[in-house]
Amino acid sequence: MSGEVYPIPGGLHPAEHKAESNARPIVVAPLTERYLVPLRQHLGQPARVLVQAGDTVLKGQMIGAPDGRISAAVHAPTSGRVLAVEDRPVAHPSGLPDRCVVIESDGRDAAIEMRPIDWRDLAPGELSKRLANMGLAGQGGAVFPSHVKLALGGTPIETLILNGAECEPWITCDDRLMRERATAIMQGTEIMRHALGARRILVGIEDNKPEAALAMQAACQQLNLAAEVSVVPTRYPSGGAKQLTQLLTGLETPSGKISTDIGIQVFNVATAYALHRAVALGEPMLTRVVTVTGHVAQPCNIEARLGTAIEDLIRLAGGDLDDVTGHIIGGPMMGFDLDDTAAPLVKSVNCVIAKDRALFPAHPPAMPCTRCGQCALACPASLQPFELYWHAKAKNFDKARAYQLFDCIECGCCSHVCPSHIPLVDYYRFGKSEIAAADRAKQAAESARQRHEFQLLRQQREKAEKAERLGKKASERLEAGAVAADDPGAERKKALLQAAIERAKQAKEAVQPKNTVSLTPEQQRQIDAIEARRQATAQDSEPQT
Amino acid sequence: MIAAIIVMAAIGLVLGIVLGWAELKFKVTGNPLADKINDILPQTQCGQCGFPGCRPYAEAMAKGEADINRCPPGGEAGIQRLADLLGVEAKPFGAGVAPKPKSVAIIDENTCIGCTLCIQACPVDAIVGASKQLHVVVADLCTGCELCVAPCPVDCIHMEVIHESVNNWKWRYPVIPIHQQRETA
Repeated sequence: MSGEVYPIPGGLHPAEHKAESNARPIVVAPLTERYLVPLRQHLGQPARVLVQAGDTVLKGQMIGAPDGRISAAVHAPTSGRVLAVEDRPVAHPSGLPDRCVVIESDGRDAAIEMRPIDWRDLAPGELSKRLANMGLAGQGGAVFPSHVKLALGGTPIETLILNGAECEPWITCDDRLMRERATAIMQGTEIMRHALGARRILVGIEDNKPEAALAMQAACQQLNLAAEVSVVPTRYPSGGAKQLTQLLTGLETPSGKISTDIGIQVFNVATAYALHRAVALGEPMLTRVVTVTGHVAQPCNIEARLGTAIEDLIRLAGGDLDDVTGHIIGGPMMGFDLDDTAAPLVKSVNCVIAKDRALFPAHPPAMPCTRCGQCALACPASLQPFELYWHAKAKNFDKARAYQLFDCIECGCCSHVCPSHIPLVDYYRFGKSEIAAADRAKQAAESARQRHEFQLLRQQREKAEKAERLGKKASERLEAGAVAADDPGAERKKALLQAAIERAKQAKEAVQPKNTVSLTPEQQRQIDAIEARRQATAQDSEPQT
Repeated sequence: MIAAIIVMAAIGLVLGIVLGWAELKFKVTGNPLADKINDILPQTQCGQCGFPGCRPYAEAMAKGEADINRCPPGGEAGIQRLADLLGVEAKPFGAGVAPKPKSVAIIDENTCIGCTLCIQACPVDAIVGASKQLHVVVADLCTGCELCVAPCPVDCIHMEVIHESVNNWKWRYPVIPIHQQRETA
């Protein structure tokens, strides 16, 4: 059953810290009073909210619909009332709040009617459509909407890889899930194979999880599923999709491409488990298993509903011990610091680590790069991290891109081995987000330019059309005039008009003021007297003026 | 002697025909420099440069009639790129010209009377609406040029600065906090 394992470049072996949390069975979190369900829990467009404050919801009811092609639905984790739809603190590296649905639990935990999907009779494309509103998203870290990955794309999928490597230190949620629920995971895998039409199933598990590998092998036998469970050496980052692909198949994913382009699709074991629940029980993605470890009283794995506050999870793990200096979301290699423990559990959160000074000492100050090349040896993507660092630091982004910055998986190996303690990945993330923002701005400018040019074209066209219309009218009128000239009646009309004008002129001349006609001699005398007086005054006043 | 003259004349004639043909065949239409400059400009079409749109400003710059520091939406980075392209010194914005944070126009739905004046003013067709119907700015298409604000007869358009959110957040340039350095030193 065990398949061949191929070598991969780079990588390292940091202290594992798995034993703290992998001994206890998964704890199921009890119902809490309040849930905060962010609308953005996946890659792509955030979900479009379907509820408003005051609405009552049932467990499993869709409260956010997928918006666009790459998006996933979100569902109410329990029954209750929607208190608000507003910005709340979320687990995000920025520490900025994001839109959340706040649900107050009514304690009944009443669910919607959940209908299992009879997947064996469904065509592969149909299955992906049925899963679109189930809210499934990859639980390995990238949270890519699963139904999109399960839809058939351009390249036919030859091989399905199930990722149970869990290479980051401290995290053990996949380990526990594989030990306890291997059958359900493999049932989910069977559905994936059906949807993708894959011929081969490979399961990759690091050799520090022998119990999980045994459980998965047993599950394959039980289900009579032809899957190769491969035990890969414990070497971070074997759980990266491209790294695991190379470990299990020997195929390197080309630069700028994804494993799908070479006919391989990779899913996390927890995603397969969620898919099984969605298909066999008709239950949308409502829970996930999360490791709560580090400087807490009882490090363990908790199966909690999405939307549970992270502080509640920490309480379930016995609470923070003294001197906790902060919390990490995700692993110590790729995770980020959490600002506010009131933030909720989301689909991407696989681990919460409580930090203290002993386990996570303050990062030493960065010294100048000595060009020792250790980072290049550690890089699993075969990049030149120091070159990327210089170019990103100098904000020379074109150069950084030319050195394949976007093939960097941000695993943190380079920062980990750097003897100068340079936070290399921070520079790459900065460079990547600056380039992405510049690309977005460029695209927006291009679209604005096109719209502006089209507007100018439209205005010109409208002007031309108007001119044409007016010109047509004028020529019509002219034509009408020309026709009238030919008409003998028109000549008569013109003559009549002229005659009328003449008459009016004569009449005007003929009219005299009527008050000087037929005067009596008395009146005539008075007029003469007035006239004489007026002339006299005019002569008198003349020298004065 | 005669033969040499004929040969030279023939060569000249042939080359002349080739050059003449090449001129027609490979004729450069438009102004390639103006195109390159236009690619750098942010295409807000706001007219803050004093030209009616980005393209006319680009053409003026290509002819050397306009300065490179007249486009506030392009920011300092835009000036730098123009300077690099045109081979001139970058210079700061003139007095009274300063880049503003990127904003988007918002129409107050309760006040809009549906006069269509803003639609006619929008250089990038980012406002939808019809006569006596409510108008709406398509925020994703709005370049923040503010040209719609002045024509509104009821003053119902205002500019809202786009604040940082999870949507547009960028990773910061890494800095080592000073207090931490002091602590570990």
